[in-house]
Amino acid sequence: MSTSAVVLLVVSIVLVWGGLAVSIIVLARRPENDHMPPGGEDTVVPDEVERHPRDL
Amino acid sequence: MAERPAAPAHTHEKREHWSGQTAFILAAIGSAVGLGNIWRFPGQAYEHGGGAFMIPYLIALVTAGIPILFLEHAIGHRFRGSAPLAMKRVHRHAEGVGWLHVAICFVIGLYYTAIIAWALSYFFFSFDLSYADDPAGFFTGDYLQLGEAGTFSMSFVPKVIIPLVAVWLVTIVILALGLHTGVERLNIIGIPVLVATFTVIVVRALFLEGAGDGIEALFTPDFAALSDPQVWIAAYGQIFFSLSLAYGIMITYASYRRRRSNLTAPGLVVAFGNSSFELLAGIGVFATLGFLASQQGVGVGELDGIAGPFLSFVTFPATIAEMPGGAFFGALFFASLVLAGLTSLVSVLQVVSSALQDKLNLKPRTAALAVGGVSAVLSIIGFGTTTGLYLLDTVDQWSNQLGIVAGAITMIAAAVWIGRRGHELERHLAAVSTLRPGKAWLWLVSAVALLLIYMFVEKAVSLAIDGYGGYPTWYVVVFGWGTVLFLALVACLMPLAKWRRDIVRFHPWPTREQLNLPADVGERHTEDYDPRSPS
Repeated sequence: MSTSAVVLLVVSIVLVWGGLAVSIIVLARRPENDHMPPGGEDTVVPDEVERHPRDL
Repeated sequence: MAERPAAPAHTHEKREHWSGQTAFILAAIGSAVGLGNIWRFPGQAYEHGGGAFMIPYLIALVTAGIPILFLEHAIGHRFRGSAPLAMKRVHRHAEGVGWLHVAICFVIGLYYTAIIAWALSYFFFSFDLSYADDPAGFFTGDYLQLGEAGTFSMSFVPKVIIPLVAVWLVTIVILALGLHTGVERLNIIGIPVLVATFTVIVVRALFLEGAGDGIEALFTPDFAALSDPQVWIAAYGQIFFSLSLAYGIMITYASYRRRRSNLTAPGLVVAFGNSSFELLAGIGVFATLGFLASQQGVGVGELDGIAGPFLSFVTFPATIAEMPGGAFFGALFFASLVLAGLTSLVSVLQVVSSALQDKLNLKPRTAALAVGGVSAVLSIIGFGTTTGLYLLDTVDQWSNQLGIVAGAITMIAAAVWIGRRGHELERHLAAVSTLRPGKAWLWLVSAVALLLIYMFVEKAVSLAIDGYGGYPTWYVVVFGWGTVLFLALVACLMPLAKWRRDIVRFHPWPTREQLNLPADVGERHTEDYDPRSPS
């Protein structure tokens, strides 16, 4: 393989696969934001519990 | 202007959820990684500057792919609905944009299934290498029994219909099982298996004679190509189509995340994960093509069929026939195609199913059966015949090159330019995520839309003046422009139908007040809510 092809191959691998590795590491170190605003719990409205989706 | 009250924590709607962050990431990667990663990227790179293509490709990933991915994640997560419902909550007149996404997914699902069915057939053909003697003749003659181009035949091909029915049955079952049991499990099992399988294929390919020549052909840079605007458009197009953007998939998938969820960092994993698989596929495909070229005593550039279906169903089988252990290698390759296709197909149909669930207040199982049943019949009629390949080629060109690009432009226009939700979405991402998108994000989103408008106009003019693929004018009008007409009709007519579930009781979280934004106009879409629905 020519030098230029090898360089492009290596640079592509480092940037793309390296980008994936860095993204995973960043996410693993801090999976969630600890400073979100209050609220946002995924609870259910009482009447929605009783309301069943209509079937065809 | 009435001030919207802060959302009490207990007034959120019931919605299916991913079991966790990893499940969402795998499902999003499963959607993005599809047939295009395997047969589109290597060809695009080879034809547009080889190794030099990686420069615009990476720039496109950072400046277009990731920003639009964040936009869709933000819309789906903040407005918590299928594409039509989320877009309606973005702007009261934007529901049609969501239905455009749904219509595109419906159309793509029809022919994507056919390709997976072909791959399933070839998986079994690999055991005795049925295609080895004459791969091109086998594919178009023995298997597809290809009829005359530019005609529409009702002559069905049992060899295609049987696997097509099988793929539809599996898909319907997965969708009917629901998000957690069906879609999520498919991806949690399927994506690691796909990556492992394809890695085995690539490692095997690297040790074939001539593999280095193939990889050299892919990565040898032609830096002069960087001055060609078409190379840059190709790079942005590849990123755009590859990441499953503007199908409504990422809006739908993000809407199933819990409200207190990190959005940007998982988005980066999805974007780089998709490109990583694409690069892996490029190396594997060109290593294999290098082997084929060496066996035929020609240069890699002299090979025919290095992209699209012919790469997978003609060129690859020709390679498999030449290599030691070809049956095993062939079975692995076509199993990978089936798996990559299936995880993408399910995401495409989930967009349609989710939209019907929201609009008609249906259970997931009912929506899956309705979508799958209608789609299966249309798919068999259109693509189970001797002219299915031509129809697929035509419908794909219009729905992909025009429909999806239009879907992206209208989404950005509705959310950022007309709906003026840009700052709200930016602050939403920043409030829930570990990585802030920054001020440049909104500028990039708008800049991408301008580029997409140019791409749309250029393609539309080209198709209108030059036609496509040498097909007769009537064929292009009926099946090409007819596809666009269908997409437009769905986008215009579906918003006229009443919602059969209560979409009024919704409060975005974090509230605008929590995002330090002035109160919203407080639109409540009561006029579209049908009181006869059983709420």
